[in-house]
Amino acid sequence: MLFAVFSGFVLAALTPWLIGLVKDRIGWLLALLPLGLTFYFVSHIPAVSNGEVILQSWDWMPGLDINLSFMLDGLSLMFALLISFIGTFILIYAGSYLRGHRYLGRFYVTMLCFMASMLGVVLSDNLISLFVFWELTSITSYLLIGFNHEDKDARKCALQGLLVTVGGGLALMAGLIMLGMAGGSFELSEILNSDNDLLTSSFTVGMILCILAGTFTKSAQFPFHFWLPNAMAAPTPVSAYLHSATMVKAGVYLMARLNPGLGEHPLWTALLCSAGAVTMVLGAYLAYSATGVKKVLAYSTIMALGTLTMLIGIGTDHAMIAFATFLLAHSLYKGALFMIAGILDHETGTKDLTVMGGLRSAMPITAVAATVAGLSLAGMPPLFGFVAKEALFEAVLGAPWQGAVLIVAAVASAILVIAVAGAIAVKPFWGALGNTPKKPHEAPIGMLLGPIVLAFTSLLFGVVLYAPDTLLVAAAVTSVKGAPVDFYLSLWHGVNWPLILSIGSVVAGVTLYLLWNANRRILIKVNGAVSRFGPEAGYFKMMDGFVGIANWHTRVLQNGVMGNYMIVLVMTTVILTGYTLLSQHGFYLALNLSDMNFYEGAIALLLTIAAIYVILTRSRLGAVATLGVLGFSVALIFILFSAPDLGITQVLVETLTVILLVLVLFKLPGFSHYSTRFEIWRDGTVAVFFGVLMTLLVHAAIDVRYFESISSYFVQASYPDAQGRNIVNVILVDFRALDTLGELFVLAIAALGVFSMLNLRAEVKKS
Amino acid sequence: MAYVIGVLFASAVYMMLRRSIVKLVIGLMILSNAANLLIFTVSGMTRGSPPLIPEGLTEPAGVVADPLPQALVLTAIVIAFGVLAFAVVLIHRAYEVVGTDDLDKMKDTDT
Amino acid sequence: MIDKKSGVVKANTVILHTAALFLLPLQILFSVFLLLRGHDEPGGGFIAGLVASGAVVLYLFAHGVESTRRIMRFDPRDILGLGLLFGVISGLIAPFMGEPFFTAQWWTLYLGAETEIKLSTVLLFDIGVYFAVLGTILTVVVSLTEAEE
Repeated sequence: MLFAVFSGFVLAALTPWLIGLVKDRIGWLLALLPLGLTFYFVSHIPAVSNGEVILQSWDWMPGLDINLSFMLDGLSLMFALLISFIGTFILIYAGSYLRGHRYLGRFYVTMLCFMASMLGVVLSDNLISLFVFWELTSITSYLLIGFNHEDKDARKCALQGLLVTVGGGLALMAGLIMLGMAGGSFELSEILNSDNDLLTSSFTVGMILCILAGTFTKSAQFPFHFWLPNAMAAPTPVSAYLHSATMVKAGVYLMARLNPGLGEHPLWTALLCSAGAVTMVLGAYLAYSATGVKKVLAYSTIMALGTLTMLIGIGTDHAMIAFATFLLAHSLYKGALFMIAGILDHETGTKDLTVMGGLRSAMPITAVAATVAGLSLAGMPPLFGFVAKEALFEAVLGAPWQGAVLIVAAVASAILVIAVAGAIAVKPFWGALGNTPKKPHEAPIGMLLGPIVLAFTSLLFGVVLYAPDTLLVAAAVTSVKGAPVDFYLSLWHGVNWPLILSIGSVVAGVTLYLLWNANRRILIKVNGAVSRFGPEAGYFKMMDGFVGIANWHTRVLQNGVMGNYMIVLVMTTVILTGYTLLSQHGFYLALNLSDMNFYEGAIALLLTIAAIYVILTRSRLGAVATLGVLGFSVALIFILFSAPDLGITQVLVETLTVILLVLVLFKLPGFSHYSTRFEIWRDGTVAVFFGVLMTLLVHAAIDVRYFESISSYFVQASYPDAQGRNIVNVILVDFRALDTLGELFVLAIAALGVFSMLNLRAEVKKS
Repeated sequence: MAYVIGVLFASAVYMMLRRSIVKLVIGLMILSNAANLLIFTVSGMTRGSPPLIPEGLTEPAGVVADPLPQALVLTAIVIAFGVLAFAVVLIHRAYEVVGTDDLDKMKDTDT
Repeated sequence: MIDKKSGVVKANTVILHTAALFLLPLQILFSVFLLLRGHDEPGGGFIAGLVASGAVVLYLFAHGVESTRRIMRFDPRDILGLGLLFGVISGLIAPFMGEPFFTAQWWTLYLGAETEIKLSTVLLFDIGVYFAVLGTILTVVVSLTEAEE
């Protein structure tokens, strides 16, 4: 499985090279990878549907409990299959959709990385690696949404999506760590199977809130739903992939994954059901009120995500069956519909549904695929969407928490969705020919393949229910529920409540669709009024607030006067350290000259004089010479107090420093005297304060030793373990070699900095 | 020694607070010397017994000076040189571009 | 030493000229000696690197950049890179032996009956330090002197 996940990254790295090789056929070539992965996952179906869970693990950072471990059970298999199966057609589709685009290569690189990270999310067993892949999907989707980066709106929308999902991601990280601590392991398979009761841990409430903050933002649940429709700024293949089977489903996946452990908690149920139901109805309503073909689909995706969340929240056997069925159905028809939307956009030149009509003669194949997918969206028999909707009604009817409200919500959204399905799959193709900017014609095969295959898979699954049921849904339900559930799916249950609700909603939905044009004006008015108070308005207020605070902060603190920064820094240090020192240690100054010999006294005196002379002198040469004296005195101190290495180093560095100063400093102007008398006194006072503080600090530090230093270990281990007699050197190149390596890099960066600054100047001079 | 360090720090800070850019560099140099001495002093000062292991023994005979701060200071000296080189060239460059050595006039980042 | 008009260092006195010529190999030799004994006696990569760069800088002042570049054969930045490379390699050997990053590895090389040389990643690392320090200082000084001309 490691290979399955990382093959995407590898192929992404090879793409720029491949694209030069095959040019326009790149989509077909790259699609071989997800196709192969599809077969790979299909080959695991027999084992997994027998209840097997396949675990594989590679060490990454074992010391921190972070491993690249993967788990393949029913749920992750279903997701993995959707990701690779739909991914296959998306890659082919994108090849036609973006034919000849300047950044096609860049697109495929990001897309493959996204696909690989998405597989990583659904296959990860380790919480931390799951989080890493999770964030990778956020970042790659940011790049994908902002793919048309010259468009200001696209950038803005991409940033919005990133901020919302990554903000939630931060909370998720906290939540996952709490989960790991409460569960006693960072492996999902162990957490969910252990006897540790996650529900009684002291973290439980915080953990649920944090995790849900992450999943709700990712899966666009109310009130974080606003980023998803804006993400439609992406090229259509991206929308089709991100919003049908992948990105937004990651949140749903995680909730479903954790359901066996957390599903019993009342907070979990309440939050999932309420947020899910609100999102479902809101999404359906907004989908009905939108006119842009992609916006309609985006809102209906929000509706679907709400439904899935709600079903996890309900948590009964029926709800789990409905969850798995609905998930599969939605991914199939939504992928198809998004691709059709892209075809419409591509071939007619507009996204506006109101001007489309009568396209069926121009694009017959698209029309057929759209009708099939649209029927599945509407939940009409004999499509798989119908099975899903029946299961949904059945689940809601048996909901233990606020059942009545959920039924009303489910029916309402079902009615709206039927109207939406009409708007998207019927309106563009039937009726009078619309007045579109481009003369419509049929799309190329690369773009048609995906919608056709996905739409007809919906049909196939509806008719041959046995296939999805035994192969995928049952195993997925088992992993979401945490225990095997006995059930079968069927198209015909007999006349029962779900069927009655279905028929009722179809009638109401068709009526609403017929009123689609008539209701336009009212809807626009209502939405305009509401949007001023919606969460998106809140988001923009918050962003403005951040900018405002940053401006104010910069004006006050970063005013560009170096001296002020210094004084603030130094005085803060003096006050904080001084206070601690005085309150902990008392004021203690002693001048003990008795153990000092003559040389040392002389050097100390020399240092003091040199330090004062540097301040007072007006000549640069004098200052540099005095600095030399200072440096060599320090070297002498090192040598006197048993540090020969230091002494030698200091002498050598001092020599080179003087050379350096001679080379550079004398090209600068002489000492200038800008300071006023007040400034001199002010700075002098600050400096004296600092000096006194450091003196006190040294006094205190010599006396106090809070813990045993590690040096005695170094002294003892130096020869036996490291075969070196010079302990200082052994520490540098053996015990703490990594630190030293870091320091070498610092040196290298400084040297290259100097080099580039000087060469930059040379170029400026030349030009 | 504590007093010497105090004086060094005080003069370093004073020099760094001057508006003349050359004095800033000199302040920086004094500061790094002062900091090195601080670390060295605080670890305790031992005369005449460097942290070396004589031939034929596996541990040093008797008490030796603490090797750890010495290792720290040794790298600090070299790093300080690197940083100083960088700072000096940076300042030289800034002076060429901005045309003043008055720090208070180097306020705008876009000049 | 300092030509006030141009600010360029000029030190073309005969004594320095000749002395630098003789001192350079001696100092380099001394630096290698310091480097190799560094593990047991005062010395080591940092100090040796400083000594060696001091030698080259002295030569640079006496004979100018052109001549210095000629005798160095390598660009100072390559020396710097070489040093870093040695440092990283010495750390990377241990993982191949199945031990944590930077665990010291020792090999003994027998040369005849009595003589043996102890080779180690530690020595390699110290050599890396030596080249990195040398490369850093030479990069700075050489580019500074070149910028003046």
